[in-house]
Amino acid sequence: MSIWHLTTPVTDEDIEKIHIGDVIYLTGDITTGRDDVHHRVVVQGRECPVDLRGAAVFHAGPIMKKVSEDKWKCVAVGPTTSMRMEKAEKEFLAATGVKIVIGKGGMGPKTTEGCKESKAVHTIFPGGCAVVAAECIEDVAGVEWLDLGMPEAMWRFKAKEFGPLIVSIDCHGGNLIDNNKVTFNERKEKLVPEISEKVQFMH
Amino acid sequence: MHDTKIIDQLSDLVSSFICYAGSHLPDDVDAKLKEMAKIETEGFAPTIYKAMADNMELADKLGRPSCQDTGIIQFFAKVGTKFPYQDELPEALEQAVLKATERAPLRHNAVQVFDEINTGNNVGVRVPWIDWELVPDRDDIELYVYMAGGGCSLPGMAKVLMPLEGYEGIVRIIFDQMTSYGVNACPPVLLGVGIAGSAEVAAKLSKKALLRPVGSHNENPKAAMMEEELEKGLNELGLGPGGLSGKLSVMGVNIEQAARHPATLAVGISTACWAHRRACIKINPDFTYDFVTSKGVTL
Ligand code: SF4
Repeated sequence: MSIWHLTTPVTDEDIEKIHIGDVIYLTGDITTGRDDVHHRVVVQGRECPVDLRGAAVFHAGPIMKKVSEDKWKCVAVGPTTSMRMEKAEKEFLAATGVKIVIGKGGMGPKTTEGCKESKAVHTIFPGGCAVVAAECIEDVAGVEWLDLGMPEAMWRFKAKEFGPLIVSIDCHGGNLIDNNKVTFNERKEKLVPEISEKVQFMH
Repeated sequence: MHDTKIIDQLSDLVSSFICYAGSHLPDDVDAKLKEMAKIETEGFAPTIYKAMADNMELADKLGRPSCQDTGIIQFFAKVGTKFPYQDELPEALEQAVLKATERAPLRHNAVQVFDEINTGNNVGVRVPWIDWELVPDRDDIELYVYMAGGGCSLPGMAKVLMPLEGYEGIVRIIFDQMTSYGVNACPPVLLGVGIAGSAEVAAKLSKKALLRPVGSHNENPKAAMMEEELEKGLNELGLGPGGLSGKLSVMGVNIEQAARHPATLAVGISTACWAHRRACIKINPDFTYDFVTSKGVTL
């Protein structure tokens, strides 16, 4: 396991060095984008209003507070379930040039393929730790597509040492959570019959 | 005529209650997580448990919601039939959500179905969701607030089995759900299970099961045994915090049941993530209160 301190723009060479189980602390441009942003860019084919080349997309719907006419503050921003974006992430990576995806839980085979093709990684920030995350954000540079509502809009963050980001998919075809799931399922097949034995309540 | 002064007073109290619930874990959850952190000493688990503890400390210090997903606000109200302000209650609860949305602040989470528009204030059709129960011969209310987040609501499901599928059919569904959606629901989770005769009763009971304290048991000895066996088995899956693998998976399993139809065996599942923001307050007619899930806290 290696620990990486990266700054955006992240390059293909940076990504190639990274493997599942590594930990990243990221400084620079992190933009939120979840269900609706993926829908607009991938399904509707709209142009992404933020230049995401070499940057990170964060599967997150933050709580934001307006502090003045054009200035926002991030109150809390933890990751949301990445699996919801599985359908569109591969195309999203190709369309935007994102290098680091931040979310929670794993993603599937299509995203694993996408990470390989577009040289990107998927990472996991500890779920529910939204204040810890907000404290790594130094500035809110702006917001796009606010018409989607607070959780779905694209919030542009400037972050410092944002992490720990646990690498769950690398660009070499590795998928940490899928590997874990194989183990979980093996255990499950042993446990279910054992417990079933004990709950024979029907007469 | 509804008394607007009473609505104001009641909604102020309930909005403080919601804000507090959004930034703090209830006593039972807090104690359980600390206990689990001591056991989870390998791999990524210590890092995640530390982030969780740091997060709760920061949320308290900065007075912020601990998780950005403050959920759809749900109330479960047990109303004494002699509580003098029953007429004011529905409006007071809605006002409380509007106030808490500004004060906490809560994330805007109410999306109107069909129009697909976020209302921006956490109030929408049938939201806040309110579950009413009448309690005879009492003059107080016992009010639970629950923040139903997206990630932890995703594993929720209900299914009507045929009785010959048996309780083992329920075990299978629970394990399948936990090894798929459960991994993403910010484990360690508290698992709520409802068993009944139809889907909606089972589903609702599974949520009510989550209102019960961590570590409590069903009064029926067979149900209590099933809770324990499921808890032990699910822990042996070793989902670990955040699904990144570890020694444990759940804070516990709570089952609630209703008598079933001879021809059906329905099961409902609800999961509460580690940030199980479920709070309970008892409010008296003079607005003094007992904060049941956070002992000694004044709002
Ligand atoms: S599952 Fe719970 S802790 Fe995780 S993001 Fe959702 S509400 Fe927050």
